Amino acid sequence: MKLRRRYVLIGGAAVLGGGVFGLWWGDEAATARAKRLTTGPHEGSFGGWMKIAPDDTVTVYSPHIDFGQGSHTALAQMLADELDADWSHVRVEQAPADYAFGNAALAKVFISGMSGHPDLVGHLPDVVFSALARNAPIQITGGSSAIRATGQFGMRVVGAAARLALIATAADRLGVPASELTTAASRVTHAPTGRSLRYGELAEAAAGRSLTREPVLKTRADYRLIGKPVDRFDIPAKVDGSAKYGIDFALPGMRVATVMAAPVRGGKLLGVDPAPALAIKGVEKVIRLDDAVVVVAGGYWPALKGVRALAPKFSDGGHGGLSSETIQAAQGALIRQGKPDNTYGSGDVAAGLATPGGRRLNADYRVPFLHQAAMEPFAMTGHHHDGKLEVWGATQDPLQTRNLLAKFAGLSVADVTFHPMIMGGGFGRRFPPYTQIIEQIARVAVQVDHPVKIIWSREEDVKQGAYRPQSSAQLQAALGADGRIAAWQTDYVQLPDAESEVVFPYVVPAVARRHYKYISNQVDAYWRSVNSTQHGFYNESFIDELAHLAGQDPYRFRRAHLPAGGRHLAVLDAVAQRAGWGTALPAGTGRGIALVESFGTICAHVVEASVAADGTPKVARVWAVVDCGTTVNPRNAEAQVKGGILMGLSTALGEAITLTGGAVDQSSFPDYPVLKLAAAPAIDVHFIESDAPVGGLGEPGLPPASPALCNALFAATGRRIRTLPIASQLG
Amino acid sequence: MPVETRVNGRPVTLHADDDTPLLWVLREELGLTGTKFGCGIAACGACSVHIDGAVTRSCSVPVAAVAGKAITTIEGLGSASALHPLQAAWIAHQVPQCGYCQSGQLMAAAALLAQSPHPSDAEIDAAMTNICRCATYPRIRAAIHAVAGAVA
Repeated sequence: MKLRRRYVLIGGAAVLGGGVFGLWWGDEAATARAKRLTTGPHEGSFGGWMKIAPDDTVTVYSPHIDFGQGSHTALAQMLADELDADWSHVRVEQAPADYAFGNAALAKVFISGMSGHPDLVGHLPDVVFSALARNAPIQITGGSSAIRATGQFGMRVVGAAARLALIATAADRLGVPASELTTAASRVTHAPTGRSLRYGELAEAAAGRSLTREPVLKTRADYRLIGKPVDRFDIPAKVDGSAKYGIDFALPGMRVATVMAAPVRGGKLLGVDPAPALAIKGVEKVIRLDDAVVVVAGGYWPALKGVRALAPKFSDGGHGGLSSETIQAAQGALIRQGKPDNTYGSGDVAAGLATPGGRRLNADYRVPFLHQAAMEPFAMTGHHHDGKLEVWGATQDPLQTRNLLAKFAGLSVADVTFHPMIMGGGFGRRFPPYTQIIEQIARVAVQVDHPVKIIWSREEDVKQGAYRPQSSAQLQAALGADGRIAAWQTDYVQLPDAESEVVFPYVVPAVARRHYKYISNQVDAYWRSVNSTQHGFYNESFIDELAHLAGQDPYRFRRAHLPAGGRHLAVLDAVAQRAGWGTALPAGTGRGIALVESFGTICAHVVEASVAADGTPKVARVWAVVDCGTTVNPRNAEAQVKGGILMGLSTALGEAITLTGGAVDQSSFPDYPVLKLAAAPAIDVHFIESDAPVGGLGEPGLPPASPALCNALFAATGRRIRTLPIASQLG
Repeated sequence: MPVETRVNGRPVTLHADDDTPLLWVLREELGLTGTKFGCGIAACGACSVHIDGAVTRSCSVPVAAVAGKAITTIEGLGSASALHPLQAAWIAHQVPQCGYCQSGQLMAAAALLAQSPHPSDAEIDAAMTNICRCATYPRIRAAIHAVAGAVA
């Protein structure tokens, strides 16, 4: 079964609306194993997700990697709030890459989306989800799912159920009815007699009780930690250099290797003379892989010199004729042929587009491949000894990483240990199926008689990426005599069908979304906010064009097409109000607005921008309004939205991966320009808090940024950007 | 040839080949992994350290060039008992996300404040050219201003 991240959106929204389920402890074997792997003497393990020590320390095991999104802290807040734990005694640890820690809560979200019958979820026993998570496997960090899936279905439920077990244990010890007991700050108290017991005193016995499957969760008024801007656990170690990332791991006697893979993806290594590398001091070995050559040395520098001394011959896999231009031409041809692979929408679009007296608009939009450009290049350390393989590194799914390591090393999973470490960014790049270093370390470690760490150069990182797809779209619409949109059609070409992810919030009588599948030699990869990046740009640019065609204000035009009283409208109104929409601006400065829902969260941005004399766009300010239902940690939520906005602006301004002869043209930051501090505008972020289903936050801040910027530049210059990046188009 | 130098106040003898970038000597020979590898061509700043007080991208400085000089890395920016004011501000402002670039950001900011204790936004723009893909820039700016104000 192939689990697809892009189903998370629908699944998440549907399940969250359906209530909260007990989970996990239906699978007793997994629970017992989790307990055995994490729990010391006299500690109480609760479903394997959390343990309480005799000294009251609460340790939460996160099945998600925290690569900067702050989810470890937020997940612990959610559990500790339901538990009524003393926050000063709460810790978080990364769950081991073991099937016992497969993420059943996340499995539930995935399967509900995949089945197309979200209601089914409520009728399946939880053991089904637990089994799925173990076998699929699922320890994914992605889809902006940690809080809305794992937090809601896992952490809060475990915390609440453990609290009830602690109360029941205390009731027995004190000989009083459970109903007379209250909890606060990791204590159970019997107010009538003034007696109380610490959680640490109760935990071992409480953990032996069967946990309630469907505990009643707190409501907003009772939150003590959810919604509080507590400090993140991981930050102190990230300011003094002590945090150990995957690339920092070392073992005595360790060798260091680096890699050069076929420049054209799909190509194979035909041959290489190892002599020039072996002639370099410090180089010990040259290893040939199917599609790459690896140089093993005493350190990274000799390894790099070694690999650069080689002249390997690679095939091009038949892709040598591929370039960004040929891809664009092929994508355009697909649209002209007019035979979509999938069609969605409703209403008679053809009739709507032909509305008598209607005004028609057609526009072609294009976006390039994008690279995640995480700051930490790939690095993994492997140690093969006594028939077993141990690997240290960072990916967005430790459990799947372990299974892949076993496969590539030719070992049983039981003989492979994977130690997940913190990572210097991911943004979708580190999903195991296309994290090539997993296969590389498995194959290299078994050929080296020492521990060995592979480190990718930045050039390898840029050239061997797993990119957001290059995509083309043709948008068409007609305005009726009333100035409203009568029909809208989007024809888009890219590998994945985006239908399950992309939300079209506007009320239009006839809408068609037509997907044309196009396969290049690049992998189908996830890039922060995935399909919502390009589709947010298409839809929110094009509706802006329609507003201008209708002679209407872009904000009011959107407003007129949104359902009255809805969350989208509230978000749009709030951002317009905060940004002072409609107030006077200096000459040459324009305001743009955009509204995109993704991963269960609605975001609208207003960007204020101008263009310098040399054609460089300059962003002065950004306002963002976000409705994700509940923010668990508002300060961290704000950081995620600001980071997403700046990453979105960065892509719009200058980022592009292009192909020539099937190979990537770019190689490092000078030709893949990532936004720097001087270009980062002031940003105002506001959250609308409500009891609406909790949405994701790692990604949704990004998609509205590029269309809001281009809409602002149109307002400033009268020039419409339909192809990203903007680069020198306004020069 | 062995290179005599000082790292975080302690005299050390480095044995790496002369052309080895200081970054890899710090990381692999001395185990000071707080200084990060980002690009290897001095474009991102993740490897920033101080050499005789000047912020320098250590990936592009051969070890032979630091003979007799004083090197400070993130591990030596503060002390065990007291964080550098910028490190404290980084925590107070909850600056890092993934955190990978933050050693370099802090070294760049510390060099800026050493030269210009009350930098303007324009000075911050000019000095803080390290890349942060998480784009923590607004909080970096705020934390620098907070320290500049605090020492006024």
